[in-house]
Amino acid sequence: MSHEQYKILSRRFGRADAHNLAAYEADGGYAALRKSFEMGREAVTEEVKNAGLRGRGGAGFPTGVKWGFVPKDAETVYFMVNADESEPGTFKDRYLIDYDPHLVLEGSIISSYAVRAELCVIYIRGEFGWLIDRMQAAVDEAYAKGYLGKDILGSGYALEVIVHKGAGAYICGEETGLINSVTGRKGQPSIKPPFPAVQGFLDKPTIVNNVESVAAVPHIVTNGAAVYREHGTEKSAGTKLFSVSGPVRNPGVHEIPLGLPFREFFHEWLGGMADGEELKAVIVGGSSVPILTADEAMNINLDYESCAEAGTMLGSGGMIIVPGRCDMVELIQVLMHFYWDESCGQCTPCREGTGWLHRLVRKLRRGEGTLADLDLIEKVCSGMAGLTICPLSDAAVMPMRSFLQKFRPEFEALVQVQDDTGSPSRWAREIRS
Amino acid sequence: MSAPIDKNWELTGEDLARFEAVVAQYPTKRSALMPSLWIIQDRDGYVCDAAVNWLAAQLEISEAKVREVMSFYFMYRDTPQAEYVLQVCHNISCHVMGARPVITHLEKRLGVRLGETTPDGKFAIEGVECLGACGMGPCLQVGKHLYEHLTNDKIDAILESMRRGEPLRADTDRELEA
Ligand SMILES: Cc1cc2nc3c(=O)[nH]c(=O)nc-3n(C[C@H](O)[C@H](O)[C@H](O)COP(=O)(O)O)c2cc1C
Ligand code: SF4
Ligand code: FES
Repeated sequence: MSHEQYKILSRRFGRADAHNLAAYEADGGYAALRKSFEMGREAVTEEVKNAGLRGRGGAGFPTGVKWGFVPKDAETVYFMVNADESEPGTFKDRYLIDYDPHLVLEGSIISSYAVRAELCVIYIRGEFGWLIDRMQAAVDEAYAKGYLGKDILGSGYALEVIVHKGAGAYICGEETGLINSVTGRKGQPSIKPPFPAVQGFLDKPTIVNNVESVAAVPHIVTNGAAVYREHGTEKSAGTKLFSVSGPVRNPGVHEIPLGLPFREFFHEWLGGMADGEELKAVIVGGSSVPILTADEAMNINLDYESCAEAGTMLGSGGMIIVPGRCDMVELIQVLMHFYWDESCGQCTPCREGTGWLHRLVRKLRRGEGTLADLDLIEKVCSGMAGLTICPLSDAAVMPMRSFLQKFRPEFEALVQVQDDTGSPSRWAREIRS
Repeated sequence: MSAPIDKNWELTGEDLARFEAVVAQYPTKRSALMPSLWIIQDRDGYVCDAAVNWLAAQLEISEAKVREVMSFYFMYRDTPQAEYVLQVCHNISCHVMGARPVITHLEKRLGVRLGETTPDGKFAIEGVECLGACGMGPCLQVGKHLYEHLTNDKIDAILESMRRGEPLRADTDRELEA
């Protein structure tokens, strides 16, 4: 394709030997690590700040700024790489680990160095079975070559890396849940503050970054912030991986310059809809962000600001293309089941609210719902947003509300017509069958 | 839990060495809990009561702390599992690409429903949340491996190969030889 110039993180995707250390070194690998030691940790942090790299895990917080929150006098610091990748629709980190585990590792080492960490934990979701072996193999190769361990490349810097295998819990992707999980506890989030950068793993300063965030670091160190900023916009700098699912001609992982109009991405990268399909709606950044109608999507640019203006979020870049044939109430039922299942249960609004939403949507789909239930959904949502320890509760509310607002006729079509017998209307039953 | 616990349960040989390495690597004993559970489950297929007892003593934490972790995480098992646990993603992207009919087909072929195991203990079907492979859906995870773009024919071929005891090469194994 003609989009080669944007391939920075994905440049080595698809090559059979890309994951081997020798191949990575032949492509210039680990030169950025050497350069980092020459620059010194403050200069590396400064470069990442100036590059404007924003966290790719979902929240979009500036990476260099976050690194700067580690107290200067801290004796023990930890770094954790978030490879939990469990936001529905998201499968980009899988590709980075699959094809370029050494890029992920080099970025992790440089980031750990920048924040003065002595231990780096790469937390990979348990379902990524053989990718965990692949990452571990890369770590073993790096130890053997002196990129890890004591006195790395004669710099005096020492770092240990642990590849930690998760065991199936969405909530461990939330950074404090992830930290608690590594501690050997249930992966339940903790209240912030204290923020992990000040008090995290074993009460020590801990920085958590997404796989894609750390994978961008070697490029920034090698070429400098200015080159990184050649792509993207002022506030949304650089390129970003989008993992696209749904019936388009070219689903999969695409690297694009931030700020690219969705319309262009859809037609030129994704090749439009597959034969016989029509575009109905788009979830831009993973299942937790508000859905856009096809028209709304056609008017946004793929950057943090433009998405926010359109009332949604860029999130993780897990883009779900919803075709015309989809029943939106059925889709939201799938999602509400997910959030209900994955709520860790600590906060009442989330634990009870996700259950309520799931049951209400299920009731509608059985043809047993009433108009009052649609109001009740809205009421339950109001009681869930912004009130909990972590944003999972909001993450359930955002799709629920936006589906109901934007596709209300589909919900209303399922509502029971109140007749004398009190039995579900025929209309609703026909829809179901 | 009424059956007497085998006080002689232990890890030995290579598994014990792996366990000791993990305990040495993690900064506290408790933080070695998850990887230790994996070592036990990798060997036995599940974590039995005796193993919980042993592990709690080794890591100097209560059995309750081991059990609460085991029950929090979906992938840890406390009972023996079917030979092939077929985990089909039923989340949004796979749903859009036709996970429902594929699950129905699988249920028909095996004569059991989601969440059940065939009487011979060979197959179990589980509906699971997003497997992080949404662009390749519908997809099926079996152990470490992933089958992508499922169709009814592909399901039949996979089941047939497993019945023969020679599971089809999973799609994610594409670069393993390189
Ligand atoms: C429910 C929930 C799930 C999350 N899952 C992930 C995940 O799978 N991967 C990830 O990198 N970040 C995830 N996050 C975001 C993390 O909390 C955190 O912001 C991120 O890892 C920070 O890295 P970054 O700054 O590099 O993006 C999740 C957040 C929430 C609330
Ligand atoms: S909001 Fe939900 S998932 Fe997050 S801590 Fe509270 S109960 Fe757990
Ligand atoms: S939705 Fe099935 S793998 Fe993500």
